[in-house]
Amino acid sequence: MFDPKELKYTKDDEWLGYEGDIAVVGISDYAQHELGDLVFVNLPEVGDEVVAGEAFGDVESVKAVADVISPVSGIVEEINEDILDDAALINEDAYAAWFIKVKEVGDTEELMDADAYDAYCAAR
Amino acid sequence: MDKKTPLYDTHVKYGGRIVEFGGFLLPVQYETGIVKEHMAVRTQAGIFDVSHMGEILVQGEKAVDFLNLILTNNYTDLAPGYARYSPMCNENGGTVDDLIVYMKAPNDYFVVVNASNTDKDFAWMCDHKIDGVELTNVSEQYGQVALQGPAAETILRKVCDEEYIPGGYYTCKFDGEIKGIPCMISRTGYTGEDGFEIYMPADKAADMWELLIEAGKDDGLIPCALGARDTLRMEAAMPLYGHELEEDISPKTAGLGFAIKMDKPDFIGKAALEADTPLKQRRVGLKVTGRGIVREHLDVYKDGKIIGHTTSGTKLPYLDGAYAMAIVDSDAREIGSSCEVDVRGRMVECEMVKLPFYKREK
Repeated sequence: MFDPKELKYTKDDEWLGYEGDIAVVGISDYAQHELGDLVFVNLPEVGDEVVAGEAFGDVESVKAVADVISPVSGIVEEINEDILDDAALINEDAYAAWFIKVKEVGDTEELMDADAYDAYCAAR
Repeated sequence: MDKKTPLYDTHVKYGGRIVEFGGFLLPVQYETGIVKEHMAVRTQAGIFDVSHMGEILVQGEKAVDFLNLILTNNYTDLAPGYARYSPMCNENGGTVDDLIVYMKAPNDYFVVVNASNTDKDFAWMCDHKIDGVELTNVSEQYGQVALQGPAAETILRKVCDEEYIPGGYYTCKFDGEIKGIPCMISRTGYTGEDGFEIYMPADKAADMWELLIEAGKDDGLIPCALGARDTLRMEAAMPLYGHELEEDISPKTAGLGFAIKMDKPDFIGKAALEADTPLKQRRVGLKVTGRGIVREHLDVYKDGKIIGHTTSGTKLPYLDGAYAMAIVDSDAREIGSSCEVDVRGRMVECEMVKLPFYKREK
């Protein structure tokens, strides 16, 4: 799992971490809590291009669907098959249940560090 | 401006996540979440605030004639202490609302309607009123809680005398009392489980809630909100107005033939319902066999052609699978056959199945 203190965050509640030069993307604990019980995730396929600021997939709770926005541009290196089978893993630990890993990272969205993101969530 | 039910402060106290629904501020879920709330009602018990529902008194010497005129079901043989469900149709056979009529005494009926339709229904009833009938909208006077689940009766017995507990499904005790609070107790619900709906003066609703929560604390009773109410009714395939029923959807199309008595003398909508034979469209259950969640207002395809649209759908917690209800062309409706639903541009495979998806063992 990733340490939430070490991650960067978007205003749309995705988190971004790195394993070497591979970007790892998920949604924050705040986001999973707001969405409620998650029941389904749509992810791109390995080899697809993702674009910073654009949706690459979505998460569905019992009541709603929300887009997941990529914080980076690049090529999908790996997807988390576990959350495709069991979206509730995201509710259990949003920082273990990553969505995609991205290589050839180009543009990056404007990001907040953990303290700034905590303050951003507290103000909502 | 959205209204608050008499239990608004209670919802906030219990951590309810408040949303607007049918003109009321109500919780969509508590901290426990929709899935746990749903499972509590299937396996133990849940308590819901349903104070937003509308209540209309229909009284007078022609009350039963009036009910038989404006409703599709037959009230001639309804006895005091019993309840009966009915759609209420417009002249085109579409649905103004669906409701439950309780018979209190001869010429004295208590009608419960959907929250968002209360004003529309009352206006519709007044427009079609006949001599010898008095109509009164008493919605503001009542609070209502629903105690639902296999443990509901056990919990109620702890706080209520035997004589006030209605025995049979769709029966009712009008002059009941729970711990000194006067109330009406009916054995009805919107979850597919055994349970009770309890009507009391609005200013006693919070006390009633707290004493039932206390009474049920050893029986797994938890507060449940609109989200679970919706998934529970979906699993039991109960129609929800605005989804399976609408001004342009007939109760026949929605599969409510059991509550339409065509052998009754004339009633509003009868001619239009008669003319829609054979039925052009019918409700069907969809079990999602592909990957994804199918929700409402999505196109349903068979052999590349649109055959209808979904009216409700999500992942149903007890059945642990994605299901939807749809209204489709009758000639394309074949139980066991496959179809596809367009989910944001992606075709998701479904199987047409019988309704309800879930039926409790009695």
